[in-house]
Formats: sequence, C-alpha cells, structure tokens
Amino acid sequence: MPENPESEATGDFTMRLWRGDSSGGEFTDYVVPAVEGEVVLDVIHRIQAGDAPDLACRWNCKAGKCGSCSAEINGLPRLMCMTRMDTLPEGAPVTVAPMKTFPIIRDLVTDVSFNFEVAKTVPAFKPGPEPEGGYRMAQIDVERGQEFRKCIECFMCQDVCHVIRDHEENKPKYAGPRFFIRFAELEMHPLDTNDRRELARSGAGLGLCNITKCCTEVCPEHIKITDNAIIPMKERVVDAHYDPVAWLGRKILKRTKKTAEEASAG
Amino acid sequence: MTEYQTHDYDVIVIGAGGAGLRAAIESHERGLRTALVCKSLLGKAHTVMAEGGCAAAMGNVYSEDNWKVHFRDTMRGGKMLNNWRMAQLHAQEAPDRVYELERWGALFDRTKDGRILQRDFGGHRFARLAHVGDRTGLEIIRTLQQKAVSAGIDVFMECKILKLLPDTEGRISGAVGYMRPTGEMVLFTGKSFVLATGSIGKSWTYTSNSWESVGDGHAMAIWAGADVIDMECVQFHPTGMVWPLSVRGILVTEGVRGDGGVLRNSEGQRFMFDYIADMFKAETAKTEEEADRWYEDHANNGRTPDLLPRDEVARAINSEVKAGRGSPHGGVFLDIASRRSAEYIRRRLPSMYHQFMELAGVDITATPMEVGPTCHYMMGGVRVDAETEAATVPGLFAAGEVAGGMHGANRLGGNSLSDLLVFGRRAGIGASDYAEGRTGSPTVDAAEVQSVIDDAVAPFTREGGGNPYDVQHELQQTMQSLVGIIRTGPELEEALGKLEEFKERTAKLTVKGGKAYNPGWNLATDLPSMVTTSIAVAQGALNRKESRGGHTREDFPGPDPELGKVNFVQRQTAEHGYLGPISITPEPLPEMPAELRALLEEAH
Repeated sequence: MPENPESEATGDFTMRLWRGDSSGGEFTDYVVPAVEGEVVLDVIHRIQAGDAPDLACRWNCKAGKCGSCSAEINGLPRLMCMTRMDTLPEGAPVTVAPMKTFPIIRDLVTDVSFNFEVAKTVPAFKPGPEPEGGYRMAQIDVERGQEFRKCIECFMCQDVCHVIRDHEENKPKYAGPRFFIRFAELEMHPLDTNDRRELARSGAGLGLCNITKCCTEVCPEHIKITDNAIIPMKERVVDAHYDPVAWLGRKILKRTKKTAEEASAG
Repeated sequence: MTEYQTHDYDVIVIGAGGAGLRAAIESHERGLRTALVCKSLLGKAHTVMAEGGCAAAMGNVYSEDNWKVHFRDTMRGGKMLNNWRMAQLHAQEAPDRVYELERWGALFDRTKDGRILQRDFGGHRFARLAHVGDRTGLEIIRTLQQKAVSAGIDVFMECKILKLLPDTEGRISGAVGYMRPTGEMVLFTGKSFVLATGSIGKSWTYTSNSWESVGDGHAMAIWAGADVIDMECVQFHPTGMVWPLSVRGILVTEGVRGDGGVLRNSEGQRFMFDYIADMFKAETAKTEEEADRWYEDHANNGRTPDLLPRDEVARAINSEVKAGRGSPHGGVFLDIASRRSAEYIRRRLPSMYHQFMELAGVDITATPMEVGPTCHYMMGGVRVDAETEAATVPGLFAAGEVAGGMHGANRLGGNSLSDLLVFGRRAGIGASDYAEGRTGSPTVDAAEVQSVIDDAVAPFTREGGGNPYDVQHELQQTMQSLVGIIRTGPELEEALGKLEEFKERTAKLTVKGGKAYNPGWNLATDLPSMVTTSIAVAQGALNRKESRGGHTREDFPGPDPELGKVNFVQRQTAEHGYLGPISITPEPLPEMPAELRALLEEAH
C-alpha cells in the first residue's frame, strides 16, 4: 500500500512493517487512522483485521507480563504492547521489524528456540536439606534473586547483545544476558547448593560480555542486568578460578557447593 | 490427502500453564513418556498474568488459619455450588504444593521470621495468599517451567490442538492439530490426555484474557462427548482498567485492595458499605473506621467490604455506574494513593505501578485508578472426578480453569493458582494411573484424522466466505452485550439465535495467505471453540433462572434454594462437533458429609 501523502493532515499515520520469511522480505507501509491511547500492538491488530489478515505477530498478555511481542520499533527493541503510539515521533513512519538476532519465521515473528536450548543447559536448582519446620529466608536475601526472577523472557537483552547480534558464530558458546541473570539468581539463591561459576565461565561464555550495558537499557522489567548480575558473576568467577587464597580457603574449609563438573551434570 | 507428523507418548498434556506443567511434571516423574503441548511459547501461558497470589492455609501470618477455614471460605465464595470434595482437597493440599514450589526454587516474599508471607484477599477470612509482589503467576509458571525443562520433558510449542479422537472402544487416543510456525499438521497418539487449556474469556469484548483463551479444551471435551458443568458461571473481575479504550479490560490486581486500596464513586463515597449481602454481614466491617482497623487486627474487626467476593464487588460497581456515580470513563475509582505511601505502593504493587504509568499515564501513588468489571475467569468446565480429575469420557482428564466444580458459582481470588497446583498434580497422577492400566497401543481412525485436517484447511480454498476477524468481533460484541455481567431471559434467547448464525458463518470462512504463522487462519480454527463455548454459556445462563455467584439474572435477582442443589450439565449426545446440538439437564450436586456442612454453618 502506498504511503498516504496527507497522513498528517487527516490524523493518519504510517506503519512500516517488515513482511517476509526466511527467504527474504521487505518493509510494507500501512496507513492507519490514529486512535487515542493505542499501543503499537493495537495498531498491528487493526491492520490484521483489515488489510493484512495473515500478518504474523506473536503476542499474548498485552499487558507487559508475558514477553511475547518483542520487536524492533524504530530500530530499538521494545515490547509492542507497552509502546504507546503517542510516545513515538509524530509525522514519521513507525517502523516495526523482527528481532535481528534470531532467525525469521514470518513477518514480525522470529525463531527464539536458541533461548529454550540454552535453558536446558542450566543446572537445576538444588536446595540443601530442609530443616524441621521448613526453610527460612530473610526478605532481604530473597530480594536479590527476585530482581532477576522478574524476567519475562522477552529475549530483547539477547537480541541487543552484540556478542551474538553481530556474531552468529558465538551462539554455541554464549548463553547471553538472559541466562547470566539466571546463573546469578541461582548463585545468589539462599538455598541453592550447586556451583555454576566454572560453567558460567567456560560453557556459557560470561567472559565474552564486555559490559556495554545494552541489555540493561532495553530490559522492560528494568532489571540491572549488567550491574547486579553480570559484573558480580564475573567477580565470583574470577574468585573461583584464579584467586589462590580463595582456592586454598576452599580446600581447607571444604565448601559444600558442588564442583563445576558435578553441577553441569545436573 | 494431507501429510502429517505423528508422535506417540503415554501421557499427552494439552496446555502448559500452571496446571499442564504440574501434571506433566507428575507423569514424567512417574517414568511415563510425557508430551507437553502448548499453543504459545513455553512460559507465556495465562498463569503468567496471575498477580495477587496463591491461596494456601499455611497459617504463617494468622496461626488460626487452617484448611477448614479455607474450605469454608471457598464454599461460601462459590455460593455453595462447588464440588465439596474438590474444595476440601484443594484446601487440604494447597500448603504442600506451595512448599513444594519453594523446594523447586520459587522465591516468595517473606515474613519477618523468614517464612512465606501471606496477603489478604477478597473472601478469605485470613491473610492467606503466598505471593511475590504482584507477579505471583510469573514466579509460579517460571518455577514449574524450569523444573519441567531440567527434568527433560518433551515440549511441543506453538502447537494448536483441534480435536480429540477416540479408539474403537471410545477411549480418547489421539489429538490432531498443527504447528503454528509451519502450519504442518500433527497427530499425537497417547494412552491418556490431560486438558489444561485454561479459559474461554476471549469471547467477550472487555476481557483480561489473551487471544489464547478461546475455550479449546472446553469445546474439545464437549465434542468428545464429555460432560461440562456450570458453564453459566463466568467471573467478571471487578477491577479491570477502563481507560484508554485500547487497554480496557486489562487486570488490576485485587492485591490493591488487599494492601489497603478502597473503591470510591464519583462522590468520593466508599460505596461498598451499601452492598453487603446478608450472607457476609457478620464478618464484614460496618464502618470505615472498623474496616481500616481490620488491616492490622483481623481478630477484633470485620473485613473491609472492598474485599467481598468478586461477584459482589463487580455487581456493586455495575450498579454505581448505572446510577450515574461512575468515573469519567465509565468505571469507579480505586484509591490507594491517599491511603498508603508511594514507597509502599511501588514495593507491593510494582507491576500495577508500571502498567498504569506506561499504558494510561497515571501515577497510582498520586492519583486514583479508574476501574470497572472485566471478563476474567471461567468457573464452569469439564466435569471431573474430584480425586483423579478424570472426565466422563475414558482416557480424558482435565485440570485448572478448563475443569469445573472446584469454584462453584464464583472463584475467590488466589484460589486459581492453588487450584492449578493441587489439581494439576492430581490430574498427572490420574492420567498416569490410567495410562499404566491401559492395554494395547492407542489407535485412531486415519479417516477421522484426515477429516479434521480437511476441515481445518478448508478456508484456504473456499471462495467468498466470511472474514474470521469480523466473525470474532461480532461474536464478542454479542457475548458482551447479551451474555455479560447482568443477564435477562429475552437477551439470552437473542444471543442463542445469533450464535446459531455464528455457527453457520464459522463453517464458511475464507482465509488468505499460507499456513505458516498465519493469524487469520489460526483465528479461523479458534472460532469453532468460541462458538461452542459461547453457546454452552448462554444455554446454562438461560436455564439457571436465579442469580448465584458470577451468574446474575435481572429477571431472577435472588438465589433459588432448589437451583442451588443442582449443576446444569451439558453434553453432546447426537451429532458431535461445533455444528451439533448440546443438551442441558439439571443434575444434583454431590452430597456433602455432615461434618463438612457443619463447618459451613459455624458463625464468624
């Protein structure tokens, strides 16, 4: 559909949506009347109900809670359901493209199975023996992990991370920010006994992250991925791997945490 | 002849919200080959949207709490239409299920002495909801998801199941569907099937439900000849967002009121004091002062009427708006800003703060929210055996929102997450027992498989049929205006007439494009479920000539004691499928033992 030259005057705006599949595609313009209070996903739904019933778009909750509708809006990874149209620049087309880091399925939908495969490699939570009357944990101690458990798995941190965004070849050896917070969450869990630090270093490629904080900037849950998860994990990994005093300490004190080999075996 | 993939397992679980995940974990741990099939990506199911908490009488905040009080609250909240045995099992087993989640890595908010903190919610006598701020559902689904993934359960994501098929002896043995990313058709054969497909709420215009909640499981059970009960009992949550229009219906957690928020009309009055039904007078505060004292001292004060069960609050809001005392956009005000500190609100209700700030430009720490009723939850569903969750057709089980009975005519907030855990586990056990006891390999008629596939792909080649989006839109408008929160006989009859037309139109849809990730086609295959479940709701509502819980008849405004003794049971006996008729008959509720009835009559 051609762009409507009078779009500003009539209160219409142009949505420039990527259409195509793994074999290729292009941006197509759709001119849509403005409606007060709408988010990008509302406009996508109106286009589906009208000109483009087969326009592929993944979504569920439409309330910023499920992390399904991630896309690159005007070049930035965002949730379509939480991006109000009136916060985008007026008068210019709104471009919506699929996340770049993942293979295209169709239109705005990408194949995010990379993330589900990485998830399988994370050694499970393994609590210590349960005392009489159940576990006790202080609120302040659970809050560290709770920050990371706010993650809605939108995978926008993965999308924006240039270790894999620009280097497909890194994917087999790099878990990405979503899983660094998972490692951090388990590492900081008051009850967990698995030690994943060596695994985070060697298998998950924590060292490849050069802390540019792109992931933190796009996180819709405002999780401080770099400061609160990645940097502390890097420090812990360094302590575990290189610090001779810590090494000696572990030998003498016989730490209860498992070794990396045991942990990665589940 | 269309090609299709085939997969064979012992237990097939359809739906990967809390109930489906919990069922799959159980059957997998039993050593049965288990497939978990879900319509979206893993971890995106509706459970993720549950906010307030998971009800379990652990007694961590009020040591007086126990399963008997929880059972009583659940039955009274359900207006006594509940399956008493389900309500009893639920109240007894919920604490174990919550502690189990903790052993699997869940991080609930804590009491000062380090135990799991519990929050107040509507209809619960004591603070009983284990929670994580206002994102409890996310914590629960993620815990179960991570448990399932680490256990190595096979998950089939973005797979829509269209129909269940029996073997020659009538045992459910197959499920036909398609993979949404490719459009490739698929047949799952198995020894037992667990439906955990959630709700039907997408058939209303204003709903807290996502596109997934089209009633697939309810409809497939009906088409397979299983009984469904209480289909008229749909919960309209009192507090959905009302503005902007595009977000109308999105849920505002009851936790806002549990944490001190109150409802006010346009005159600033706390109107809920005018809507306290006799049944709840004894336990409800009589003055604002008493209600405010209750937050700190439950023993010596009545509960604030803002936390009456959801059906009561939704009707009250509806009445205030009708009387002209509504907010500018047709709701009422929910005010926590004037009652709690900004820091407290942001800590206790972070996602509500975020949701209003981002979507409505409203700072809930400074301004009241505008809220109104939104279609939220389906109490009715597949009739199951309380112990095993077996449906009335062999080989079929159901758990969570798709199952009926547990919540009666109205569900209490917080009882859904606990329902998923308790009955998800039980369905996993029931389905495993059945699969282990079943002999021979499950087989289905290849011609029937082909016929399901042919029906599903027919819209691609049909010329000049209707647009699925138009049919869905009009169906939603019909259910919203004629089968909504307040119902009348003539409007329900009108709705049933229109639904017959939607049935015809659904049989004659045309879609454009290919089969790979095509939302128009996906919707065309969702519409049969929407039509069947909408008809069942309207039929149930027409037959239940009384008002009870979530079902309100303007022409029969009070409860009828005789109707309080029956479930309306619906089933297909003649032609099966969405074009076939559904019969409806009243059948007596299971008889409750005297010792449990005595619990209900205890004064509080």
